[in-house]
Amino acid sequence: MDWLFLFEVVLSGLGSGALLALTGIAFVLIYKATKVLNLAVGEMLMLCAYFFFGMTAAFALPIWLAIILTVIGGGILGGVIERVLIRPMLGESPISVFMVTVGLSSVLIGFVEFVWGSDPATLPNFLPSKPIFIGSAYVSPKIAVGFVVATVLIAAFLVVFRTWRGGVALRATATDQGAAFSCGINVPAVFSVSWIVAGMAAAGSGILIGSIGGISPTMGVFGLSVLVAVIVGGLDSIAGALVAGLAIGVVEALVGTYMGGEFKLLVTFSILVVALMIRPYGLFGTVEIERL
Amino acid sequence: MIGPNGAGKTSLFNCISGFYRPSAGAIEFGGENISRLHPPARAKIGLARTFQNIALFRGMTVLDNIKLGRHAHMKTNVFDALWYFGRAKREELELRSEIERRVLDFLEMEHIRDQPVASLSYGLRKRVELARALAMQPRVLMLDEPVAGMNREETEDMARFILDVKEEWGVTILMVEHDMGLVMDISDHVVVLNFGQVIAAGKPAEIQNNPDVIAAYLGSGDVGDLSRRIAGERAA
Repeated sequence: MDWLFLFEVVLSGLGSGALLALTGIAFVLIYKATKVLNLAVGEMLMLCAYFFFGMTAAFALPIWLAIILTVIGGGILGGVIERVLIRPMLGESPISVFMVTVGLSSVLIGFVEFVWGSDPATLPNFLPSKPIFIGSAYVSPKIAVGFVVATVLIAAFLVVFRTWRGGVALRATATDQGAAFSCGINVPAVFSVSWIVAGMAAAGSGILIGSIGGISPTMGVFGLSVLVAVIVGGLDSIAGALVAGLAIGVVEALVGTYMGGEFKLLVTFSILVVALMIRPYGLFGTVEIERL
Repeated sequence: MIGPNGAGKTSLFNCISGFYRPSAGAIEFGGENISRLHPPARAKIGLARTFQNIALFRGMTVLDNIKLGRHAHMKTNVFDALWYFGRAKREELELRSEIERRVLDFLEMEHIRDQPVASLSYGLRKRVELARALAMQPRVLMLDEPVAGMNREETEDMARFILDVKEEWGVTILMVEHDMGLVMDISDHVVVLNFGQVIAAGKPAEIQNNPDVIAAYLGSGDVGDLSRRIAGERAA
Protein backbone atom coordinates (compact mmCIF):
# COMPACT_ATOMS: atom_id res chain seq x y z
CA MET A 1 0.00 0.00 0.00
CA ASP A 2 1.35 3.36 -1.02
CA TRP A 3 0.38 5.58 1.89
CA LEU A 4 1.62 8.77 0.27
CA PHE A 5 -0.54 8.12 -2.81
CA LEU A 6 -3.54 7.33 -0.60
CA PHE A 7 -2.97 10.60 1.25
CA GLU A 8 -2.86 12.48 -2.07
CA VAL A 9 -6.11 10.87 -3.19
CA VAL A 10 -7.78 11.80 0.08
CA LEU A 11 -6.59 15.39 -0.26
CA SER A 12 -7.97 15.73 -3.77
CA GLY A 13 -11.18 14.14 -2.51
CA LEU A 14 -11.42 16.78 0.22
CA GLY A 15 -10.92 19.41 -2.47
CA SER A 16 -13.82 18.24 -4.61
CA GLY A 17 -15.81 17.54 -1.43
CA ALA A 18 -15.54 21.18 -0.42
CA LEU A 19 -17.07 22.12 -3.78
CA LEU A 20 -19.88 19.61 -3.20
CA ALA A 21 -20.48 21.26 0.16
CA LEU A 22 -20.48 24.79 -1.24
CA THR A 23 -23.02 23.83 -3.89
CA GLY A 24 -24.91 21.95 -1.21
CA ILE A 25 -25.51 25.26 0.56
CA ALA A 26 -27.65 26.31 -2.39
CA PHE A 27 -29.87 23.24 -1.84
CA VAL A 28 -29.94 23.65 1.94
CA LEU A 29 -30.80 27.37 1.95
CA ILE A 30 -33.72 26.97 -0.41
CA TYR A 31 -34.99 23.86 1.35
CA LYS A 32 -34.63 25.42 4.80
CA ALA A 33 -36.72 28.43 3.91
CA THR A 34 -39.25 27.13 1.43
CA LYS A 35 -39.27 23.31 1.82
CA VAL A 36 -38.64 23.18 -1.93
CA LEU A 37 -36.05 20.73 -3.23
CA ASN A 38 -34.57 22.71 -6.10
CA LEU A 39 -33.32 20.20 -8.65
CA ALA A 40 -32.09 22.98 -10.92
CA VAL A 41 -29.17 23.97 -8.65
CA GLY A 42 -26.71 22.10 -10.90
CA GLU A 43 -28.03 23.90 -13.97
CA MET A 44 -28.03 27.30 -12.25
CA LEU A 45 -24.37 26.62 -11.48
CA MET A 46 -23.79 25.69 -15.11
CA LEU A 47 -25.47 28.83 -16.42
CA CYS A 48 -23.36 30.96 -14.06
CA ALA A 49 -20.17 29.24 -15.25
CA TYR A 50 -21.14 30.08 -18.85
CA PHE A 51 -21.96 33.64 -17.82
CA PHE A 52 -18.45 33.90 -16.36
CA PHE A 53 -17.10 32.40 -19.60
CA GLY A 54 -18.94 35.05 -21.61
CA MET A 55 -17.71 37.87 -19.37
CA THR A 56 -14.06 36.85 -19.67
CA ALA A 57 -13.90 35.43 -23.20
CA ALA A 58 -16.35 37.59 -25.16
CA PHE A 59 -16.09 40.88 -23.26
CA ALA A 60 -12.51 40.34 -22.07
CA LEU A 61 -13.28 41.77 -18.64
CA PRO A 62 -10.63 41.44 -15.92
CA ILE A 63 -11.04 38.27 -13.86
CA TRP A 64 -11.90 39.98 -10.56
CA LEU A 65 -14.65 42.03 -12.21
CA ALA A 66 -16.02 38.95 -13.97
CA ILE A 67 -16.14 37.07 -10.66
CA ILE A 68 -18.06 39.88 -8.96
CA LEU A 69 -20.45 40.25 -11.88
CA THR A 70 -21.06 36.49 -12.04
CA VAL A 71 -21.85 36.26 -8.34
CA ILE A 72 -24.23 39.23 -8.64
CA GLY A 73 -25.70 37.61 -11.76
CA GLY A 74 -26.22 34.36 -9.84
CA GLY A 75 -28.09 36.30 -7.15
CA ILE A 76 -30.30 37.98 -9.75
CA LEU A 77 -30.92 34.60 -11.43
CA GLY A 78 -32.02 33.10 -8.11
CA GLY A 79 -34.21 36.08 -7.28
CA VAL A 80 -35.89 36.10 -10.70
CA ILE A 81 -36.57 32.34 -10.59
CA GLU A 82 -38.14 32.71 -7.15
CA ARG A 83 -40.29 35.68 -8.11
CA VAL A 84 -41.43 34.39 -11.51
CA LEU A 85 -41.67 30.61 -11.07
CA ILE A 86 -41.76 29.75 -7.37
CA ARG A 87 -43.79 32.55 -5.72
CA PRO A 88 -46.90 31.84 -7.82
CA MET A 89 -46.66 28.21 -6.67
CA LEU A 90 -46.96 29.24 -3.02
CA GLY A 91 -49.35 26.87 -1.28
CA GLU A 92 -49.16 24.21 -4.01
CA SER A 93 -47.99 20.74 -3.04
CA PRO A 94 -44.20 20.36 -2.71
CA ILE A 95 -44.14 17.78 -5.50
CA SER A 96 -45.58 20.32 -8.00
CA VAL A 97 -42.94 22.88 -7.09
CA PHE A 98 -40.31 20.17 -7.33
CA MET A 99 -41.51 19.37 -10.87
CA VAL A 100 -41.21 23.06 -11.79
CA THR A 101 -37.53 22.95 -10.85
CA VAL A 102 -37.07 19.77 -12.92
CA GLY A 103 -38.54 21.59 -15.91
CA LEU A 104 -36.43 24.64 -15.13
CA SER A 105 -33.24 22.59 -15.33
CA SER A 106 -34.13 21.46 -18.88
CA VAL A 107 -34.92 25.04 -19.87
CA LEU A 108 -31.57 26.24 -18.55
CA ILE A 109 -29.68 23.50 -20.45
CA GLY A 110 -31.59 24.39 -23.62
CA PHE A 111 -30.84 28.08 -23.14
CA VAL A 112 -27.10 27.49 -22.72
CA GLU A 113 -26.94 25.16 -25.76
CA PHE A 114 -28.85 27.77 -27.78
CA VAL A 115 -26.52 30.61 -26.85
CA TRP A 116 -23.12 28.94 -26.48
CA GLY A 117 -23.58 25.61 -28.33
CA SER A 118 -23.12 22.18 -26.77
CA ASP A 119 -19.34 21.86 -27.08
CA PRO A 120 -17.31 21.85 -23.88
CA ALA A 121 -15.15 24.93 -23.27
CA THR A 122 -12.40 25.91 -20.89
CA LEU A 123 -12.45 28.95 -18.65
CA PRO A 124 -9.45 31.30 -18.71
CA ASN A 125 -6.84 29.99 -16.33
CA PHE A 126 -6.64 32.39 -13.42
CA LEU A 127 -5.93 29.90 -10.64
CA PRO A 128 -2.27 29.41 -9.71
CA SER A 129 -0.47 26.53 -11.43
CA LYS A 130 2.52 26.22 -9.09
CA PRO A 131 2.29 22.77 -7.47
CA ILE A 132 1.60 22.71 -3.74
CA PHE A 133 3.09 20.15 -1.39
CA ILE A 134 1.74 19.22 2.03
CA GLY A 135 4.65 17.36 3.54
CA SER A 136 5.71 15.40 0.48
CA ALA A 137 2.16 14.90 -0.84
CA TYR A 138 1.30 16.73 -4.03
CA VAL A 139 -1.93 18.71 -4.23
CA SER A 140 -3.23 20.23 -7.45
CA PRO A 141 -3.11 24.00 -6.90
CA LYS A 142 -6.54 24.49 -8.49
CA ILE A 143 -8.14 22.02 -6.12
CA ALA A 144 -6.32 23.60 -3.16
CA VAL A 145 -7.68 27.04 -4.06
CA GLY A 146 -11.15 25.57 -4.56
CA PHE A 147 -10.93 23.93 -1.14
CA VAL A 148 -9.82 27.08 0.67
CA VAL A 149 -12.39 29.36 -0.98
CA ALA A 150 -15.22 26.88 -0.44
CA THR A 151 -14.41 26.25 3.23
CA VAL A 152 -14.04 29.95 4.01
CA LEU A 153 -17.42 30.68 2.42
CA ILE A 154 -19.11 27.78 4.24
CA ALA A 155 -17.58 28.86 7.55
CA ALA A 156 -18.99 32.34 6.99
CA PHE A 157 -22.44 30.88 6.32
CA LEU A 158 -22.23 28.73 9.45
CA VAL A 159 -21.31 31.66 11.69
CA VAL A 160 -24.03 33.86 10.25
CA PHE A 161 -26.72 31.25 10.73
CA ARG A 162 -25.63 30.43 14.26
CA THR A 163 -25.73 34.00 15.48
CA TRP A 164 -27.98 35.99 13.18
CA ARG A 165 -31.65 36.05 14.07
CA GLY A 166 -32.38 35.75 10.33
CA GLY A 167 -31.25 32.13 10.66
CA VAL A 168 -34.01 31.50 13.17
CA ALA A 169 -36.44 33.44 10.99
CA LEU A 170 -35.56 31.08 8.18
CA ARG A 171 -36.34 28.03 10.30
CA ALA A 172 -39.53 29.59 11.57
CA THR A 173 -40.69 30.34 8.04
CA ALA A 174 -39.97 26.78 7.01
CA THR A 175 -42.04 25.33 9.85
CA ASP A 176 -45.14 27.49 9.73
CA GLN A 177 -45.49 30.35 7.29
CA GLY A 178 -48.68 31.70 8.84
CA ALA A 179 -47.26 31.80 12.34
CA ALA A 180 -44.01 33.32 11.11
CA PHE A 181 -45.95 36.00 9.24
CA SER A 182 -47.91 36.91 12.37
CA CYS A 183 -44.71 37.05 14.46
CA GLY A 184 -43.43 39.88 12.30
CA ILE A 185 -41.27 37.82 9.95
CA ASN A 186 -41.51 39.06 6.39
CA VAL A 187 -42.07 35.67 4.74
CA PRO A 188 -41.88 36.71 1.06
CA ALA A 189 -38.60 38.51 1.79
CA VAL A 190 -37.19 35.39 3.45
CA PHE A 191 -38.09 33.41 0.31
CA SER A 192 -36.42 35.94 -1.98
CA VAL A 193 -33.28 36.24 0.12
CA SER A 194 -32.82 32.48 0.37
CA TRP A 195 -33.07 32.06 -3.41
CA ILE A 196 -30.78 35.04 -4.06
CA VAL A 197 -28.08 33.79 -1.69
CA ALA A 198 -28.46 30.25 -3.07
CA GLY A 199 -27.97 31.66 -6.59
CA MET A 200 -24.82 33.43 -5.42
CA ALA A 201 -23.46 30.23 -3.85
CA ALA A 202 -24.21 28.37 -7.08
CA ALA A 203 -22.40 31.09 -9.06
CA GLY A 204 -19.35 30.83 -6.81
CA SER A 205 -19.12 27.08 -7.13
CA GLY A 206 -19.84 27.33 -10.87
CA ILE A 207 -16.75 29.51 -11.35
CA LEU A 208 -14.58 27.20 -9.20
CA ILE A 209 -15.80 23.97 -10.78
CA GLY A 210 -15.63 25.39 -14.30
CA SER A 211 -12.08 26.58 -13.73
CA ILE A 212 -10.98 23.19 -12.45
CA GLY A 213 -12.73 20.86 -14.88
CA GLY A 214 -13.93 23.01 -17.79
CA ILE A 215 -17.54 23.82 -18.66
CA SER A 216 -20.18 22.06 -20.74
CA PRO A 217 -23.99 22.12 -20.80
CA THR A 218 -24.00 18.76 -19.02
CA MET A 219 -21.88 19.88 -16.06
CA GLY A 220 -25.13 20.26 -14.12
CA VAL A 221 -25.11 16.51 -13.35
CA PHE A 222 -22.65 17.51 -10.63
CA GLY A 223 -25.85 18.58 -8.87
CA LEU A 224 -26.78 14.90 -8.42
CA SER A 225 -23.72 14.15 -6.29
CA VAL A 226 -24.45 17.33 -4.36
CA LEU A 227 -28.02 16.19 -3.81
CA VAL A 228 -26.73 12.93 -2.32
CA ALA A 229 -24.38 14.87 -0.04
CA VAL A 230 -27.10 17.19 1.28
CA ILE A 231 -29.60 14.37 1.82
CA VAL A 232 -26.99 12.35 3.73
CA GLY A 233 -26.04 15.44 5.74
CA GLY A 234 -29.63 16.41 6.47
CA LEU A 235 -31.45 18.66 4.01
CA ASP A 236 -31.84 21.55 6.42
CA SER A 237 -28.35 21.57 7.93
CA ILE A 238 -25.44 23.64 6.61
CA ALA A 239 -23.00 21.80 8.88
CA GLY A 240 -24.42 18.54 7.53
CA ALA A 241 -23.78 19.67 3.95
CA LEU A 242 -20.17 20.44 4.91
CA VAL A 243 -19.45 17.13 6.65
CA ALA A 244 -21.31 14.93 4.17
CA GLY A 245 -19.91 16.88 1.20
CA LEU A 246 -16.33 16.30 2.35
CA ALA A 247 -17.03 12.64 3.15
CA ILE A 248 -18.65 11.95 -0.21
CA GLY A 249 -15.83 13.79 -1.99
CA VAL A 250 -13.24 11.58 -0.30
CA VAL A 251 -15.22 8.38 -0.94
CA GLU A 252 -15.68 9.27 -4.61
CA ALA A 253 -11.97 10.00 -4.99
CA LEU A 254 -10.99 6.70 -3.31
CA VAL A 255 -13.48 4.65 -5.32
CA GLY A 256 -12.54 6.42 -8.56
CA THR A 257 -8.86 5.70 -7.99
CA TYR A 258 -8.92 2.18 -6.61
CA MET A 259 -12.05 0.69 -8.22
CA GLY A 260 -12.43 2.75 -11.38
CA GLY A 261 -14.52 5.79 -12.32
CA GLU A 262 -17.58 3.73 -13.30
CA PHE A 263 -18.10 2.73 -9.66
CA LYS A 264 -18.24 6.30 -8.35
CA LEU A 265 -21.97 6.87 -8.72
CA LEU A 266 -22.76 3.31 -7.66
CA VAL A 267 -20.98 3.77 -4.35
CA THR A 268 -22.31 7.30 -3.86
CA PHE A 269 -25.90 6.23 -4.24
CA SER A 270 -25.35 3.11 -2.12
CA ILE A 271 -24.23 5.46 0.65
CA LEU A 272 -27.44 7.41 0.11
CA VAL A 273 -29.61 4.31 0.48
CA VAL A 274 -27.81 3.13 3.63
CA ALA A 275 -27.88 6.62 5.14
CA LEU A 276 -31.60 6.96 4.50
CA MET A 277 -32.28 3.62 6.17
CA ILE A 278 -30.29 4.45 9.29
CA ARG A 279 -31.00 8.17 9.65
CA PRO A 280 -33.89 9.22 7.40
CA TYR A 281 -33.52 12.86 8.42
CA GLY A 282 -29.79 12.90 7.61
CA LEU A 283 -26.76 13.14 9.86
CA PHE A 284 -27.55 16.63 11.16
CA GLY A 285 -31.10 17.18 9.95
CA THR A 286 -33.93 18.27 12.22
CA VAL A 287 -35.58 15.31 13.90
CA GLU A 288 -39.32 15.78 13.68
CA ILE A 289 -41.26 14.32 16.56
CA GLU A 290 -44.59 13.07 15.31
CA ARG A 291 -47.40 13.09 17.82
CA LEU A 292 -50.46 11.18 16.72
CA MET B 1 -66.60 37.72 20.12
CA ILE B 2 -69.05 34.87 19.75
CA GLY B 3 -71.28 33.47 17.05
CA PRO B 4 -72.32 30.15 15.50
CA ASN B 5 -69.86 28.20 13.34
CA GLY B 6 -69.18 29.92 10.04
CA ALA B 7 -70.31 33.30 11.36
CA GLY B 8 -67.04 34.90 10.22
CA LYS B 9 -65.21 35.24 13.53
CA THR B 10 -61.89 33.90 12.30
CA SER B 11 -62.29 35.79 9.01
CA LEU B 12 -62.59 38.97 11.03
CA PHE B 13 -59.46 38.02 12.97
CA ASN B 14 -57.65 37.43 9.69
CA CYS B 15 -58.71 40.87 8.48
CA ILE B 16 -57.49 42.51 11.68
CA SER B 17 -54.12 40.75 11.63
CA GLY B 18 -53.68 41.36 7.92
CA PHE B 19 -53.97 37.87 6.45
CA TYR B 20 -57.14 38.87 4.58
CA ARG B 21 -57.76 42.18 2.93
CA PRO B 22 -61.28 43.49 3.67
CA SER B 23 -63.36 43.91 0.48
CA ALA B 24 -65.15 46.87 2.03
CA GLY B 25 -64.51 49.10 5.03
CA ALA B 26 -61.25 49.72 6.81
CA ILE B 27 -59.25 48.39 9.76
CA GLU B 28 -58.33 51.17 12.16
CA PHE B 29 -55.89 50.90 15.04
CA GLY B 30 -55.34 53.75 17.48
CA GLY B 31 -57.12 56.10 15.10
CA GLU B 32 -54.92 55.16 12.15
CA ASN B 33 -56.04 53.31 9.05
CA ILE B 34 -53.90 50.17 8.85
CA SER B 35 -55.83 48.39 6.09
CA ARG B 36 -52.85 48.39 3.77
CA LEU B 37 -50.21 47.11 6.23
CA HIS B 38 -49.03 43.51 5.83
CA PRO B 39 -48.95 41.16 8.86
CA PRO B 40 -45.29 41.75 9.91
CA ALA B 41 -45.90 45.52 10.00
CA ARG B 42 -49.01 45.01 12.10
CA ALA B 43 -47.03 42.81 14.50
CA LYS B 44 -44.59 45.68 14.90
CA ILE B 45 -47.25 48.21 15.90
CA GLY B 46 -48.59 45.88 18.59
CA LEU B 47 -51.10 43.41 17.21
CA ALA B 48 -50.40 39.86 18.37
CA ARG B 49 -52.53 36.80 17.75
CA THR B 50 -52.85 33.11 18.42
CA PHE B 51 -54.41 30.61 16.05
CA GLN B 52 -57.42 28.32 16.31
CA ASN B 53 -55.41 25.25 15.31
CA ILE B 54 -52.13 25.79 17.14
CA ALA B 55 -49.45 27.30 14.90
CA LEU B 56 -46.15 26.73 16.69
CA PHE B 57 -42.71 26.19 15.22
CA ARG B 58 -42.42 22.41 15.46
CA GLY B 59 -38.95 21.05 16.11
CA MET B 60 -37.95 24.12 18.11
CA THR B 61 -37.87 24.39 21.88
CA VAL B 62 -40.42 26.31 23.90
CA LEU B 63 -37.91 29.09 24.58
CA ASP B 64 -37.03 29.46 20.88
CA ASN B 65 -40.69 29.67 19.98
CA ILE B 66 -41.28 32.40 22.53
CA LYS B 67 -38.17 34.32 21.52
CA LEU B 68 -39.39 34.40 17.94
CA GLY B 69 -42.28 36.50 19.15
CA ARG B 70 -39.81 39.30 19.64
CA HIS B 71 -38.47 39.09 16.12
CA ALA B 72 -40.41 42.13 14.94
CA HIS B 73 -38.88 44.36 17.60
CA MET B 74 -35.22 43.38 17.30
CA LYS B 75 -32.76 45.62 15.56
CA THR B 76 -29.58 43.61 15.00
CA ASN B 77 -28.62 43.13 11.40
CA VAL B 78 -26.49 40.48 9.77
CA PHE B 79 -23.23 42.40 10.29
CA ASP B 80 -23.76 42.82 14.03
CA ALA B 81 -24.50 39.13 14.17
CA LEU B 82 -21.30 38.24 12.35
CA TRP B 83 -19.34 39.79 15.20
CA TYR B 84 -21.98 38.65 17.71
CA PHE B 85 -20.45 40.81 20.43
CA GLY B 86 -21.83 44.29 20.84
CA ARG B 87 -25.41 44.91 19.94
CA ALA B 88 -26.43 41.38 18.97
CA LYS B 89 -25.20 39.87 22.21
CA ARG B 90 -26.62 42.63 24.39
CA GLU B 91 -30.00 42.39 22.71
CA GLU B 92 -30.02 38.62 23.05
CA LEU B 93 -29.22 38.78 26.77
CA GLU B 94 -31.82 41.45 27.49
CA LEU B 95 -34.38 39.45 25.58
CA ARG B 96 -33.59 36.29 27.49
CA SER B 97 -33.86 37.80 30.92
CA GLU B 98 -37.03 39.65 30.08
CA ILE B 99 -38.67 36.54 28.70
CA GLU B 100 -37.57 34.52 31.73
CA ARG B 101 -39.04 37.06 34.09
CA ARG B 102 -42.12 38.34 32.39
CA VAL B 103 -43.33 35.42 30.31
CA LEU B 104 -42.01 32.05 31.50
CA ASP B 105 -42.50 32.70 35.22
CA PHE B 106 -45.77 34.44 34.63
CA LEU B 107 -47.32 31.58 32.67
CA GLU B 108 -45.78 28.93 34.93
CA MET B 109 -43.82 27.22 32.20
CA GLU B 110 -40.27 27.43 33.60
CA HIS B 111 -40.13 23.60 33.78
CA ILE B 112 -40.76 23.07 30.06
CA ARG B 113 -38.62 25.88 28.62
CA ASP B 114 -36.09 23.59 26.93
CA GLN B 115 -38.48 20.94 25.67
CA PRO B 116 -39.37 20.69 21.99
CA VAL B 117 -42.92 21.94 21.56
CA ALA B 118 -43.95 18.86 19.60
CA SER B 119 -43.60 16.76 22.76
CA LEU B 120 -46.00 18.87 24.84
CA SER B 121 -49.63 18.21 25.64
CA TYR B 122 -52.34 20.10 23.79
CA GLY B 123 -53.07 22.45 26.66
CA LEU B 124 -49.42 23.33 27.17
CA ARG B 125 -48.95 23.99 23.46
CA LYS B 126 -51.82 26.47 23.60
CA ARG B 127 -50.04 28.12 26.51
CA VAL B 128 -46.78 28.35 24.52
CA GLU B 129 -48.70 30.12 21.78
CA LEU B 130 -50.04 32.60 24.33
CA ALA B 131 -46.49 33.09 25.65
CA ARG B 132 -45.17 33.79 22.17
CA ALA B 133 -47.90 36.35 21.58
CA LEU B 134 -47.05 38.02 24.89
CA ALA B 135 -43.36 38.16 23.95
CA MET B 136 -44.46 40.34 21.05
CA GLN B 137 -45.29 43.04 23.65
CA PRO B 138 -48.74 43.53 22.17
CA ARG B 139 -51.10 46.44 22.66
CA VAL B 140 -53.94 44.24 21.46
CA LEU B 141 -53.79 40.50 22.04
CA MET B 142 -56.03 38.42 19.79
CA LEU B 143 -56.90 34.93 21.00
CA ASP B 144 -58.67 32.61 18.57
CA GLU B 145 -60.46 29.94 20.64
CA PRO B 146 -57.86 29.81 23.44
CA VAL B 147 -59.57 26.96 25.33
CA ALA B 148 -61.00 24.90 22.45
CA GLY B 149 -60.49 21.21 23.12
CA MET B 150 -59.27 21.72 26.68
CA ASN B 151 -60.50 19.93 29.76
CA ARG B 152 -61.99 21.83 32.69
CA GLU B 153 -58.75 22.18 34.60
CA GLU B 154 -56.83 23.45 31.57
CA THR B 155 -59.67 25.85 30.78
CA GLU B 156 -59.58 27.27 34.30
CA ASP B 157 -55.80 27.75 34.10
CA MET B 158 -56.14 29.54 30.78
CA ALA B 159 -58.94 31.78 32.09
CA ARG B 160 -56.74 32.77 35.03
CA PHE B 161 -53.83 33.58 32.70
CA ILE B 162 -56.05 35.68 30.44
CA LEU B 163 -57.32 37.71 33.39
CA ASP B 164 -53.77 38.12 34.76
CA VAL B 165 -52.52 39.35 31.40
CA LYS B 166 -55.32 41.88 31.25
CA GLU B 167 -54.59 43.20 34.74
CA GLU B 168 -50.80 43.04 34.97
CA TRP B 169 -49.90 43.89 31.40
CA GLY B 170 -52.77 46.25 30.71
CA VAL B 171 -53.30 44.68 27.31
CA THR B 172 -56.58 44.86 25.43
CA ILE B 173 -57.73 41.31 24.71
CA LEU B 174 -59.88 40.34 21.78
CA MET B 175 -61.09 36.77 22.12
CA VAL B 176 -63.10 34.37 19.96
CA GLU B 177 -64.50 31.52 22.02
CA HIS B 178 -67.28 28.97 22.02
CA ASP B 179 -67.11 28.15 25.71
CA MET B 180 -70.04 30.33 26.86
CA GLY B 181 -69.24 29.87 30.54
CA LEU B 182 -65.76 31.30 30.01
CA VAL B 183 -66.98 34.10 27.73
CA MET B 184 -69.65 35.26 30.17
CA ASP B 185 -67.27 35.00 33.14
CA ILE B 186 -64.28 36.98 31.93
CA SER B 187 -65.56 39.33 29.20
CA ASP B 188 -66.25 43.04 29.67
CA HIS B 189 -67.95 43.41 26.32
CA VAL B 190 -69.42 40.74 24.05
CA VAL B 191 -70.07 41.06 20.30
CA VAL B 192 -72.20 38.47 18.52
CA LEU B 193 -71.64 37.73 14.83
CA ASN B 194 -73.97 35.75 12.59
CA PHE B 195 -73.57 35.35 8.82
CA GLY B 196 -70.94 38.09 8.86
CA GLN B 197 -73.21 40.63 10.57
CA VAL B 198 -73.06 41.99 14.10
CA ILE B 199 -76.41 40.97 15.59
CA ALA B 200 -75.79 42.11 19.16
CA ALA B 201 -73.20 43.80 21.32
CA GLY B 202 -73.06 44.66 24.99
CA LYS B 203 -72.37 43.43 28.51
CA PRO B 204 -72.44 39.63 29.02
CA ALA B 205 -75.69 39.79 30.98
CA GLU B 206 -77.45 41.72 28.21
CA ILE B 207 -76.23 39.29 25.56
CA GLN B 208 -77.44 36.26 27.49
CA ASN B 209 -81.01 37.54 27.39
CA ASN B 210 -81.01 38.91 23.85
CA PRO B 211 -83.68 37.03 21.80
CA ASP B 212 -81.77 37.52 18.51
CA VAL B 213 -78.71 35.83 19.98
CA ILE B 214 -80.71 32.92 21.31
CA ALA B 215 -82.39 32.52 17.92
CA ALA B 216 -79.05 32.62 16.12
CA TYR B 217 -77.70 29.83 18.29
CA LEU B 218 -80.79 27.65 18.50
CA GLY B 219 -82.59 28.60 15.29
CA SER B 220 -86.19 29.78 15.58
CA GLY B 221 -88.98 27.21 15.62
CA ASP B 222 -90.29 28.17 12.20
CA VAL B 223 -87.98 27.24 9.29
CA GLY B 224 -89.71 29.61 6.88
CA ASP B 225 -89.31 32.46 9.31
CA LEU B 226 -85.64 31.58 9.75
CA SER B 227 -84.91 31.62 6.02
CA ARG B 228 -86.79 34.92 5.61
CA ARG B 229 -84.70 36.39 8.37
CA ILE B 230 -81.50 35.18 6.73
CA ALA B 231 -82.61 36.56 3.35
CA GLY B 232 -83.55 39.82 5.01
CA GLU B 233 -80.20 40.11 6.72
CA ARG B 234 -78.35 39.39 3.50
CA ALA B 235 -80.37 42.02 1.63
CA ALA B 236 -79.62 44.49 4.40
